[in-house]
Amino acid sequence: MKRLARGVCLVGAGVGKFGAFPRKDSRDLFVEAVGELVASVDRGLDPGDIEALFLGNYSSDLFEHQGHLAPIVAHWVGLTPRAAVRVEDACASGGVALRQAVVAVASGLYDVVLAGGVERMTALPTEAVTDALATAGDALYEFPAGFTFPGFYAAMATAYAARYGMPYEALTAVARKNHDNGALNDKAQFGMTIREIMARRVAKARERGGPVPAWEDEREFLRDPAANPVVAWPLRLFDCSPITDGAAAVLVVAEEVARRYTDRPVRVLGTGQASDAALYGREELTSLRAAREAAAQAYAMAGVAPSRIRVAEVHDCFTIAEVLAVEDLGFFPPGQGWRAALDGETARDGRIPVNTSGGLKAKGHPVGASGVAQVVELWKQLRGEAGPRQLPGEVDLALAHNVGGTGQTCVVHILGRG
Amino acid sequence: MAEQDFTRAALEEHLAAGRLMGVRCPSCQGLSAVPRAPCPACRGTDLQWVELSGRGTVVGFTVVHVPPTPLCAAGYGRDNPYAAAVVRLAEGPWITARLVGVDASRPETIRVGMPVRVEFLREGTRTVLAFRPEG
Repeated sequence: MKRLARGVCLVGAGVGKFGAFPRKDSRDLFVEAVGELVASVDRGLDPGDIEALFLGNYSSDLFEHQGHLAPIVAHWVGLTPRAAVRVEDACASGGVALRQAVVAVASGLYDVVLAGGVERMTALPTEAVTDALATAGDALYEFPAGFTFPGFYAAMATAYAARYGMPYEALTAVARKNHDNGALNDKAQFGMTIREIMARRVAKARERGGPVPAWEDEREFLRDPAANPVVAWPLRLFDCSPITDGAAAVLVVAEEVARRYTDRPVRVLGTGQASDAALYGREELTSLRAAREAAAQAYAMAGVAPSRIRVAEVHDCFTIAEVLAVEDLGFFPPGQGWRAALDGETARDGRIPVNTSGGLKAKGHPVGASGVAQVVELWKQLRGEAGPRQLPGEVDLALAHNVGGTGQTCVVHILGRG
Repeated sequence: MAEQDFTRAALEEHLAAGRLMGVRCPSCQGLSAVPRAPCPACRGTDLQWVELSGRGTVVGFTVVHVPPTPLCAAGYGRDNPYAAAVVRLAEGPWITARLVGVDASRPETIRVGMPVRVEFLREGTRTVLAFRPEG
């Protein structure tokens, strides 16, 4: 079994407000996240202690016409001349940046490392964002076939539904749950329940004096093709995470220096990562092999079983992705994951709360930042600092699951209270 | 030597000529609908092109209403959606392709497991791999 060469802890964490910010570039977004991180360090942080930056970023090149982002961001947060590394593994860039920071500290090379992620996506029109995200698939054999990113996950949804008899409408339970959680997160892009979104649309229609929609309930709203149009059938708008600007950061330190910063560190108990082929190189569409493999590595390193995990942030870039995730992580048997949100088992008061932050769905999905933002949420839950969405009782073990592309990369971290 | 060229460019020449070709590894009998060398399973380098039957079944599919820029430019979009699928070929390997001859406005009529047959779509100067339901 693989182990870290020495103990690694998180002693600070911060996330900026997620949303669409026409006046902010990546560097501005990252400065905001680091500001919250510095304020979160119980005994204070001298930024001069930070020895390196690992920055998750999918494609500042395509989104902002800016390559070589890490040293620029390092300069903006006052780290020059420290080593600055950009990590790119599509939507898993943030989780992999964290893992690289953990590995760098465990190796003994550094004691104090900043792991972060940032993406600024809203400067481009939707079609261009669709193109940029599709480059995370296979440009030679998937893109010319007409697949888009929602299209890939849509194909997984049709395969899953055919194999396990899931009605597509069951997927809306994932969106409803994650919006319920996002409504309690002041950093979320859509900090609103679906009912609140409906009420806002009705109010806007009244204001404009046009026809006022009369949806009976959330189900009817989500069935309305005007309110919830198809993006890539069977996935509709409310099955998809939004296009988001945002950043997140965590402070990764060697266990022996952790007490310099806090008496309540969060311990990195397990880390796992795996890769897989593009869709045409798979054996099934109803599970991600890389996720199962990364999870197995992380569980083995941490020495815990899936049933011990108290809270998880999983990669719900699409509603079907959360269904696959809760199965791949061993929380539910294959074919049963679609019932989890429907039956309330993944709600905040359920057996295994999933995506208390609102997930990528409601909190937003600035792709390079998402894997780090997941860990910021778990840091807050483990320390009892998640405010109105704090889980009751003892939160001692947490898991983060971050997927890149269609599952070509998956990274899993297991965290424990110090 | 064309026979040794296991690249996308070589595959596109085959598609343009109306042939669906795969790459076989004689040492492990591995077969791929996407050319590459060496063999990903056994790392063998003694590979061969083989013509595939073009028959297969749908493993998963979608109907895209929000296309990428090149397909928007080709007239696809919310009012003119198109279908794409992951297809398991009769010989075993999987491939991603356009799905034609289906009613994209009624996606519930498209089924996982549906038998399909290869078709070669001309789009501009390019030949795009597609499949059409059998029968």
